[in-house]
Amino acid sequence: MSPPSIAKSKQVTNDQRTSLFRQLLLCRRFEERVYYLFLEGRMPGTIHQAQGQEACAVGVCSALIRGDVVTSTHRPHQHAVARGLSINSLMAELFAKTTGCCHGKGGSMHLGSLEDGMLPAVAIVGGAIPLAAGLGLAFKYRKTGNIVACFFGDGATNIGSFHEGLNIAAIWDLPVVFACENNRYGASTAIEKVTRVPHLSDRAAAYGLPGFTVDGNDVEAVYDAMQKATKRARDGKGPTFLELETYRLCGHSRSDPGHYRPKEEVQYWKERDPIVRYEAFCVAEGVLSAQEVQEIKASVEKELDDGVAFAEASPNPQPEDVLNDVYA
Amino acid sequence: MVEALREALVEEMRRDPRVILLGEDIGVPGGFGGAFTVTLGLEKEFGHDRVLDTPISEAAIAGVAAGAAMGGLIPVADVQYGDFIFLAMDQLANQAAKMRYMSGGRLTVPMVFRVPVGATTRGAQHGQSLEAFLMHVPGLKVVCPSNPYDGKGLLKTAIRDPNPVMIFEHKLLYGSKGSRKEASGMQVVMHVPEEEYLIPFGQANIVRPGDRVTIVANLLMVHRSLQAAKLLEQEGIEVEVIDVRTLVPLDEQTIFNSVRKTGRLIVVEEDNLTGGWGAEVVGRVADACLGSLEAPIRRVAAPDTPVPFAPIMENRYIPSVERILAAVRSVL
Repeated sequence: MSPPSIAKSKQVTNDQRTSLFRQLLLCRRFEERVYYLFLEGRMPGTIHQAQGQEACAVGVCSALIRGDVVTSTHRPHQHAVARGLSINSLMAELFAKTTGCCHGKGGSMHLGSLEDGMLPAVAIVGGAIPLAAGLGLAFKYRKTGNIVACFFGDGATNIGSFHEGLNIAAIWDLPVVFACENNRYGASTAIEKVTRVPHLSDRAAAYGLPGFTVDGNDVEAVYDAMQKATKRARDGKGPTFLELETYRLCGHSRSDPGHYRPKEEVQYWKERDPIVRYEAFCVAEGVLSAQEVQEIKASVEKELDDGVAFAEASPNPQPEDVLNDVYA
Repeated sequence: MVEALREALVEEMRRDPRVILLGEDIGVPGGFGGAFTVTLGLEKEFGHDRVLDTPISEAAIAGVAAGAAMGGLIPVADVQYGDFIFLAMDQLANQAAKMRYMSGGRLTVPMVFRVPVGATTRGAQHGQSLEAFLMHVPGLKVVCPSNPYDGKGLLKTAIRDPNPVMIFEHKLLYGSKGSRKEASGMQVVMHVPEEEYLIPFGQANIVRPGDRVTIVANLLMVHRSLQAAKLLEQEGIEVEVIDVRTLVPLDEQTIFNSVRKTGRLIVVEEDNLTGGWGAEVVGRVADACLGSLEAPIRRVAAPDTPVPFAPIMENRYIPSVERILAAVRSVL
């Protein structure tokens, strides 16, 4: 059975489609490159990757404007790429260089650049949700017209800061979109084992918020849902909860082969690969020719090649740099 | 003290439109102005956009304050009783304290978090001292004013500091009247200038000079130490009492200079003994001034127990003037 088609958005132009496709590809290829750099022992630390979840990152981030801020999780690479942070600065951070977006102080789980619209990611599950509400409060008070896109996973909907953060954002009509990437697992634990609520979007009602379940592997469906939510937020009507149904094709972290997932389940989701679906859609719609697809692929590889080269040529921090940047 | 803190808030809120207040019951019209009336009436001048009443959500209070600080505001948030701060610890210790560092120094978190501490016969979950928990978190500053003059000057400095600042206020020093009347509350009355003044962090105050013994104390214990010093004066023993004012940054130099002069150190804290802030001071003095010491260092602290209810036990818990006197005599 072929996977569901893309829900063609009335709001997306063909130029935007080309850009969405490139962004999806850049996210995926970034993760694949980093994975191999890791296996080759060229990167320190650990990584939590999101292959398979590209349409969530790209669909949400593509609806943002300058000055909007994304908050993220221990699995932030694709959020950072989709938000438009420079590949050079992201690669350099993963290589622990001073030219990284966090000057080598953050690492994989804290990628971000507030001035470029992404708060350094927070690795505590749900930890960024109250921060997102606070950023929203600042934007509302200062009347900047900006919003916050707050990413978290299915597992986070069970933690206390989720409850407190959504509630406070709701009562104060803060301009936040809560984007839950439901990839069905919190590390190795299936969501149905830890939640009695069949659709996580139903949890929004507990806070008096609208909640929507969206095909998280359809970039235009995500984009459309996000556009409605951002409009609501910018109009001062408060937060929206979006449950983006997706799947990670990789393990939880680099050391996890994912044996806890049934083979049929993994296969089902492989057939719903967001990039395969979108490429087929773009070609069928005449947005991209086969030749143009190849050109985009080559351009993505070059951007990543340049990023890795930049990172490897960048200087290492000094040991004594550990002492800096604690206090302003 | 309450009036001095309120003046600090009013002055800073008038001076800088980015300053907002967050807490439970702080701005409800006809309400209390927070548990200890510090924010009483502020919503009349500044409105509910700047004086925000929160749900009972300490993690959200701290996290929203940190997020709003990173978003360009200067939030002054509070917990109603210090013991509730444990509900906010992830947001304070993992987010607010670490964000600047994790970003490589590319952002600031200019927030203030006010924490009422001290035992007041309300039992174990409404009376703990908490400075040590936050002193141990790199990235936070820790302030503890013992009197109204210091309270106003330090709170104003805290609001202007670009870092997350924890400010610990002792419940019995707020000034016991009206709805915040406390059985053993102290009325510390002093002149607090109307003209603008700030007290910098990292500057301890020698509240009473002396040459026989150094006492280092904070909050309520400064006052008990002064009472002990007055009694000792009658015996010709002049005790130097130092009010730390801030624990992070700590004014080591004033403490070291004093210990080098007197050769004897007593630390008086309402903290539990083990791992209290006093242990940190003692460790630094042992490192820097060992040659000057003529007697062992003593800490007068609460025992390693939760705060008991019965007044007779609570009076044993909180360091008394008698225990301070005994400690001083034991090193002479």
